[in-house]
Amino acid sequence: MEPSLEIYLALSGILFTIGAVGVIFKRNALGMFMCIELMLNAVNLTFVAFSRYYADVTGQLFVFMVMSVAAAEAAVGLGIIIAFFRNRLSIDVDDASILKN
Amino acid sequence: MFSDILFFLFAGFAIACAVSMVYQKNPLYSAISLVGVFISLSCIYVMLAAPFIAAVQILIYAGAIMVLVVFVIMLLNLDEDAPLNRLRYLYAVGGGLGLILLAQTFFIYYAVMKAPKQAIDQTETVGKTMSIGSGMYTEYLLPVEIVGVLLLLAIIGGVILVRRFEPPQLELVVNNELEARDKEDEKDDYRVAF
Repeated sequence: MEPSLEIYLALSGILFTIGAVGVIFKRNALGMFMCIELMLNAVNLTFVAFSRYYADVTGQLFVFMVMSVAAAEAAVGLGIIIAFFRNRLSIDVDDASILKN
Repeated sequence: MFSDILFFLFAGFAIACAVSMVYQKNPLYSAISLVGVFISLSCIYVMLAAPFIAAVQILIYAGAIMVLVVFVIMLLNLDEDAPLNRLRYLYAVGGGLGLILLAQTFFIYYAVMKAPKQAIDQTETVGKTMSIGSGMYTEYLLPVEIVGVLLLLAIIGGVILVRRFEPPQLELVVNNELEARDKEDEKDDYRVAF
């Protein structure tokens, strides 16, 4: 007796929702970055659940790809955050308004 | 029954940590809550017969990415988040978006009822590292190579983004330029005097 597929999908959807709402609520660039990581993880859970219930290894392979993309995103995103902090002494995304007016 | 209890334990821990991550004002507490989410998701991967993915989840996410994030938080020495002051309507937008996404989630919950109820019993081969590795180097060779190029680009981009054009070097360049001009002026003066 195992939990069925739809309950994994429900967990994944709830985590994705929390991440998406967090991206909108947070004004801190690092907080938004972490919320994006949470959304990527929710999608990974979907991949692994489908891989298990259809007995196909493709889902797990693409989880690996998503993790590599997340690592690349971490390197470049944190670089951008540090460069922004150097110029503005803040990582509040509301301060990134130099193109306004 | 036992695995149901375990699943609800880990799922509840994951959701609680995710809510805590969004709720915390201090970025460091957010990061530690996110590590909690990663660890409980890793436990769920083990329950889904994917031990390789579970190990990689701990190694890459909790081990590498979050250490990088905590490092940046410590490096920048951030204050706590200020509450939204200018863009208050974003609370309404976020709440509405969250409700829509949750509705979609529960729609999926009812739509997937036709899917296979019980896991197909081929877990002896599917979740193992060997099957993932052989799939990676035969059928999915091209995506793996594309990911390799992407990682190379990320390395180059990270180095270029964080490189600093230091003011002393700039001054050095300017000083050299000024000295060169002075010498030329002296030459001109000499020529005039001559």
